[in-house]
Amino acid sequence: MNLKKFLSTFLIYLVFWTAYTSSLKQEELLIGIIISFFLSLFTYKSFSQQKSDNNILKRLLSFIAYIPIFITEMVKANIDVAQRVINPKLPINPGIVKIPTKLKSEYAKLFLANSITLTPGTLTLDVKDQNLYIHWIDLSSEDKKIQKEIISDKFEKHLEGMF
Amino acid sequence: MLNFVLILVFISIILGAFRFFKGPSSPDRVVALDTLTTVLSVTFVIGALFFDNKVLLDISFVFAALSFTSVIVISRYLEGDNS
Amino acid sequence: MIILSILGYILILIGSIFLLLGSLGIVRMPDLYNRIQAGTKATTLGALSAIIGVGLVQPEWFLKTLIIALFIVLTNPIGSHSIARSSYKSGVKPILTSQIDQYKDKYVTKESSDEK
Repeated sequence: MNLKKFLSTFLIYLVFWTAYTSSLKQEELLIGIIISFFLSLFTYKSFSQQKSDNNILKRLLSFIAYIPIFITEMVKANIDVAQRVINPKLPINPGIVKIPTKLKSEYAKLFLANSITLTPGTLTLDVKDQNLYIHWIDLSSEDKKIQKEIISDKFEKHLEGMF
Repeated sequence: MLNFVLILVFISIILGAFRFFKGPSSPDRVVALDTLTTVLSVTFVIGALFFDNKVLLDISFVFAALSFTSVIVISRYLEGDNS
Repeated sequence: MIILSILGYILILIGSIFLLLGSLGIVRMPDLYNRIQAGTKATTLGALSAIIGVGLVQPEWFLKTLIIALFIVLTNPIGSHSIARSSYKSGVKPILTSQIDQYKDKYVTKESSDEK
């Protein structure tokens, strides 16, 4: 049994429980401890552990820097989609493109795929090895470099520091 | 104010249901279901504010979790159907 | 306090407008993949904004609403990604005006190499 992994799973569950109930009453905490103990006993094996080259401070800083970028991109995406939906002519020009990524970690790729799905006009279809397949609602350029620049570069920089 | 918001949300539920019943293929229905359940869980949260009842927040959370699993399960099923 | 609740109501209003636009998108868009695009993006931001708005109006619910919003933001793109891939593999053809489909070539060759 991997004690460190078990304890961190337990702590994360407990923090979520406490935030969700939003109270520090004794009985709430006690039930939370019991439930998180048994849940982490059964589930801690399914979380994968991985080594990172970056230290914890750099990862935390790049995570904090990532949030505002993500939110502005998401708002831009929604205004973009809203314009397309309202416009009576439905201006779309869809295509499916392949975008290579240099991220190694599985979690980083998950974050990248999710961020791409939530940002302007792009939807991740599949992630295979080092390539992402993306359905693009408005294919504006056929040049691979420009495509990569528009879709994934702004996230990749920060995700590299995060994982 | 909240009445107006609830009217907007109900219109979007009707639009989602329209696609759900009309949708030519089953993936179309799943997409409609996905959108519909997100809208419904937001409706529960707004309802919690409207009726000033905390329980609806828990209902919304469980509903969101269940709808996520159901969408994943249905799409896995569709994926295995043809391969 | 009043400022927070006014901000909260504004966020709820914006959120519900985006939910409406998302549903309008899945009705209006011509093919499945574009429907997924409109459905996921607009409803995710709509849900995020409306739920956080409720949290601002009722500050003692804030952490709870934050967790619900976080859950929806994390799971929604995974769900739509899963639908998109499964419907591509079960043979729903996308409408591609640009005629560019780099997934098809890769997918077809990958499948045939698996069979050997």
